[in-house]
Amino acid sequence: MADLTSNFIGIKSPNPFWLASAPPTDKEYNVRRAFEAGWGGVVWKTLGLDPSVVNVNGPRYGAVYGADRRLLGLNNIELITDRPLQTNLDEIKVVKRDYPDRALVVSLMVPCEEEPWKMILPQVEETGADGVELNFGCPHGMSERGMGAAVGQVPEYIEMVTRWVKSHTRMPVIVKLTPNIADIRKPAAAALAGGADAVSLINTINSITSVDLDLFSPEPMIDGKGAHGGYCGPAVKPIALNMVAEIARDAELRGLPISGIGGVTTWRDAAEFMALGAGNVQVCTAAMTYGFKIVEELISGLSDYMDTKEMTSVDDIVGRAVPNVTDWNQLNLNYVAKAVINQDLCISCGRCFAACEDTSHQAIAMSEDRTFSVIDEECVACNLCVNVCPVEGCITMEAMAPGKTDPRTGKVVQSEYANWTTHPNNPSATAAE
Amino acid sequence: MGSDVFQPGVIAGRLAAESYETGFSDLHPPLDGHEALVAADRCYFCHDAPCITACPTDIDIPLFIRQIATGTPDAAAKTILSQNIMGGMCARVCPTETLCEEACVRELAEGKPVLIGQLQRYATDHLQEQGIHPFSRAAPTGKTVAVVGAGPAGLSCAHRLAMLGHDVVVMDRHEKPGGLNEYGIAAYKTPDGFAQGEVDWLLKIGGIVLRYGISLGRDVTLETLKAEYDAVFLGMGLGGVNALGIAEEDKDGVTDAVDFIGGLRQASDMAAVPIGRDVVVIGGGMTAVDAAVQAKLLGALNVTLVYRRGRDRMNASAFEQDLAASKGVRIVTHAVPVAVHGNGSLHEIEFEYVDDAMKGTGQTLRLMADQVFKAIGQTLQGDGLPTLESGKIKVSDVGRTSVEGIWAGGDCASGGDDLTVTAVAEGRDAAMDIHAVLSR
Repeated sequence: MADLTSNFIGIKSPNPFWLASAPPTDKEYNVRRAFEAGWGGVVWKTLGLDPSVVNVNGPRYGAVYGADRRLLGLNNIELITDRPLQTNLDEIKVVKRDYPDRALVVSLMVPCEEEPWKMILPQVEETGADGVELNFGCPHGMSERGMGAAVGQVPEYIEMVTRWVKSHTRMPVIVKLTPNIADIRKPAAAALAGGADAVSLINTINSITSVDLDLFSPEPMIDGKGAHGGYCGPAVKPIALNMVAEIARDAELRGLPISGIGGVTTWRDAAEFMALGAGNVQVCTAAMTYGFKIVEELISGLSDYMDTKEMTSVDDIVGRAVPNVTDWNQLNLNYVAKAVINQDLCISCGRCFAACEDTSHQAIAMSEDRTFSVIDEECVACNLCVNVCPVEGCITMEAMAPGKTDPRTGKVVQSEYANWTTHPNNPSATAAE
Repeated sequence: MGSDVFQPGVIAGRLAAESYETGFSDLHPPLDGHEALVAADRCYFCHDAPCITACPTDIDIPLFIRQIATGTPDAAAKTILSQNIMGGMCARVCPTETLCEEACVRELAEGKPVLIGQLQRYATDHLQEQGIHPFSRAAPTGKTVAVVGAGPAGLSCAHRLAMLGHDVVVMDRHEKPGGLNEYGIAAYKTPDGFAQGEVDWLLKIGGIVLRYGISLGRDVTLETLKAEYDAVFLGMGLGGVNALGIAEEDKDGVTDAVDFIGGLRQASDMAAVPIGRDVVVIGGGMTAVDAAVQAKLLGALNVTLVYRRGRDRMNASAFEQDLAASKGVRIVTHAVPVAVHGNGSLHEIEFEYVDDAMKGTGQTLRLMADQVFKAIGQTLQGDGLPTLESGKIKVSDVGRTSVEGIWAGGDCASGGDDLTVTAVAEGRDAAMDIHAVLSR
């Protein structure tokens, strides 16, 4: 069992798995049960000013499914906590008292003026909470009122509010970013400039999950109408990973701690976020889909991985993949791979053939007896066959050794690295040194 | 257990009343909507799918499963029925384990094929239970076609011809349509009057007239039909039953399995069907298994299925053999009947064990038997038929016989396995060829 202890901007937790600010962390009952289940920390569902907001009384969630009705994406139109501020503060205080070893961060969203922040921060501090997370990400409802993503989409506001918060509290401050923006580095830089201790991302993505084709209403539907919600779950993970990496590899932002959020469902997802620079991860949809118990798998999986890799601290993972995230023009164009089909594993479904024949490079041959084989003369190693194959590991991409001749191009595979910037087809190529 | 289970002789009501209902209920209960979606999700939508190749009627299985998965089971049914108008019955009686499901890539991958047969039933039931007939007739052609036999081959042929605008008269020697679907399949495979319901649904196409109690050779001749109609399709199946070829096989108690099965299908009360305490079924095909299993379900204490070769040579699939075994049927292989014994009524039947080359070993086996059911194959009956080949009407790929204007398909014709689905395919293909010829 590896040591999973996490220290994120001075906030300690027994593991790097926090529950994100969301319905699972709305109240004492849930958070106590989450801690009993083994979660390292929680970000308490966003507090706001009284009188509390109200939620719709119809569906708050919409879903996108994969095969076997597996929940791949969830969208919500729920607002911040709809309970009185003092109720939440009282509960936070007793929970933190009873679980001093767990991280308890409080998410906040108040109007974009200094006074409300100045008023609420001491009350949170009084609970003994470990830090605050500024909700600049919620994309629905609250943003219409000038909060949430309405702040997060304007870097100047982020910087201003962050600075207010830093000046009115001694607690560590995490700024939660919205992905509904063109360049995630800009709000991150604003948070950094305002004095944020960390950023967390991503919040949910503007979305309509589906349309009722009888009522012609978007889902989730409230009395015949729908409003866009915030999309989360496994489907958003690739978007979140990229945004985390964009911040982690940016020269100006290097070293800014990141709490990774967005579709973390398994230990592997968590490790991937951390490898791309996240110091810890926050989970919501997976818990909402399967319950708190999944943290046991997160813990055992990450622990086994670290043991296998002989890592002694979760920090050993953090940022390990960042140096390998680069721009397209830095990719080695001399690298040549070919698809290889393992005939022992192949079940002859022919999906690789259909995909390649209809939509790619006609590089897979099909025999009378349904043996599928790669035509190296045509294969550009696009990977589509690997992606559509239902059997894991059946089709692999194998690099060609330098010195071999690529039967597609007739050219000898070079051992030297060469990218687009020096390629003769590039009109603005610079001569190789 | 009923009180009469140990009584020797052939008697009715051996079991408690509720046992009959349980035993003869649906072998595979229908999938509900949730089960169908879960099953459909497992289909990989293979390219040039092996299941299609394995289906004698070439149903586009990946397409219909995708249509189920996307919430359009009636579209799925139409995909099925456009290739196989008796897709509902085939979903129930096809040996899918040796056809589509054997070929399913998930059988290779995990040993668990997609439940193609049950999904097909889900779709066709969904459509047919609404009484929807999704096909309509083309403009009348003025041509008439006679179809002999209202079984799967004849009805499939008739439906396709009617759809193409021809007028069809179907004649059958029985008092009900359906052929083996009605008389030759175990009751638990098609309960609740499905066979008749399917025929009623099929006839909604219009343009098909059914005439019962008409036997070719007895009531009508091939010459007359040929003269009166523009084309003739023969799909009368195999009316005769092979004999055991031993002395005293006409002894009381020795009967044909097909008659036993047909009687069961027509029985309104299974408890009233008499069955022996000790029953022996001779044969290795579906009919033998259907007879043996149903004998057991009727309360026979000991049912033995005796086959002359090894299990691997049995026409009954491994699934059918396992089904028989699970119901308590004992399967004896490599044994041929040599004599029946009994003073007056049947008491015992004697077998000799044979080797793989069917050579007698001299070793014998005697089984107590109140009843012996013969299920060693059926034969074509009738004179003046087109040229035969191995005892069946010789046909081309599209069902043409040696006589111009006469087509044949199903069990009475050469080629293909004697399966419902094969008969449907042959009837359909012959109809297309008849249409092509009549359209000249």
